[in-house]
Amino acid sequence: MDTVNSTDPVVLKRGAKQRKRLSDFFISLYNINKFVFRFFKEAFLPPFEFKEIMRQCYEVGVRSFTLISLTGFIVGVIFTKQSRPSLLQFGASSWLPSLVSIAIMRALAPLVTALIAAGKVGSSIGAELGSMRVTEQIDAMEVSGTKPFKFLVCTRVLATTLTIPILATYTGFIALLGGFLNVYVNEGTSYTTFIEQVFDPLTFVDFIASLAKAIVFGFTIGIVGCYQGYNASRGTEGVGKAANGAVVTAMFLIFVEEIVIVQIAGWFR
Amino acid sequence: MEKPAAQIDYNNKVISIRGLKKSFEDYAVLRGIDLDLYQGENLVVLGRSGTGKSVLIKIISGLLKPDAGTVEVLGCELEKVTDIELQDLRVRIGFSFQNSALYDSMTVRQNLEFPLVRNRKNLTRKEIDTSVESVLDAVGLLHTINQMPSELSGGQRKRIGIARTLILNPEVMLYDEPTAGLDPITCIEINELINKVQQQFKTSSIIITHDLTCAKETGDRIAMLLDGQFQRTGTFEEVFDTNDKRVKPFFDYNFIQ
Repeated sequence: MDTVNSTDPVVLKRGAKQRKRLSDFFISLYNINKFVFRFFKEAFLPPFEFKEIMRQCYEVGVRSFTLISLTGFIVGVIFTKQSRPSLLQFGASSWLPSLVSIAIMRALAPLVTALIAAGKVGSSIGAELGSMRVTEQIDAMEVSGTKPFKFLVCTRVLATTLTIPILATYTGFIALLGGFLNVYVNEGTSYTTFIEQVFDPLTFVDFIASLAKAIVFGFTIGIVGCYQGYNASRGTEGVGKAANGAVVTAMFLIFVEEIVIVQIAGWFR
Repeated sequence: MEKPAAQIDYNNKVISIRGLKKSFEDYAVLRGIDLDLYQGENLVVLGRSGTGKSVLIKIISGLLKPDAGTVEVLGCELEKVTDIELQDLRVRIGFSFQNSALYDSMTVRQNLEFPLVRNRKNLTRKEIDTSVESVLDAVGLLHTINQMPSELSGGQRKRIGIARTLILNPEVMLYDEPTAGLDPITCIEINELINKVQQQFKTSSIIITHDLTCAKETGDRIAMLLDGQFQRTGTFEEVFDTNDKRVKPFFDYNFIQ
């Protein structure tokens, strides 16, 4: 039988590598917590960078507006189109607006918005701050007695946290518009009937949960993008890694948060 | 160009460093540095690439923490200052970066206003404009006020970088490779600007460089950094007058001529 010799240099080397990976993982976990804590410590203390926050809100909105509009509309049309045959089998096609509204408002609108924003805004924040880090612009801010963390990180995280819920609400209505057009063309359902059926099954908890999700997603996109960019290593490779890391990590966390919030909202229904 | 005579106060140390050590992982970059910078003096730190020259001024500005030793800047011991005290101290220190580090999403005007409005509260719009225009005038680039950094040449970017530090009227200037990557004519202009800043703004400066012309034209005193320590310190001629095999090749006199 093959045995693993613990004194074998190859095994020892592998062991040391794994230990280093593990310690690196815990160090990065500690650094992320420290970064998030620093955000809460600095974001709500004066001086406030209102002008920069508004500029960033505008940037976040403008960057994703077209794509979100298009995606939201297509999601509404396709979801309605794909759901109809199943409901027709049970003679329940009149439930289509209710089904569409539940799916869109509870889950799809915040999720689709967050995923698009993670790609568009998160990567952009990661690349921008990463580039500023490697070209010493952040160091230049620091040595001139200003607070780069407050100016660069707090403003961007607040902007995504404020703007993503607005965009998610907008996506929801655009998707419903797509759904309505599909229902109207295929079944001739009137606008007022559609609206009644759309809002009938939705409860206050649905709106709160959806809003909470969008806020959490927005915060995640901002903080992950900023963390990756702000801590980018030297060189252009670091900028690429920061942008990529911002998207991948934010998307992963968004799915995890989605599951957790859905679970929590379920307890209140 | 002959360097103008500097008014140096040898009784007044603005920077005092003792036993400074700094390592990156297993590599010891600085191995016990002792250094004094006097009021009104231009001190040039010469050395080959990778000898820790930039690390030294990053420690002085508080961007890096030393492993051992004491660093006293303008009467403040860096290891003992709080974050707020460090921020106040940094306003009194100007740092000119090797690559200028201009904020590329802002115009020249906004680059200069950025540190000013955040450090000098209650300034009127007119006072801000006057400050910005006067430092731009001092570096000879008033006409670039509304341009973006990407529209400027390397030499212009260096000058704007210096102007951005001057706007806060620093007492100490730290120049990181001020002439690196510039053509000889622009190098001369930058050297003249460093001397002008010393005279006009009454600053004390540390100039990090491996450019011997820059060292000769701007330095009142030269410190040669080799193997993580200052091997020779003195005037340009004093430092050059050696048979030290580690120093001699660096000062290829014919190259200067």
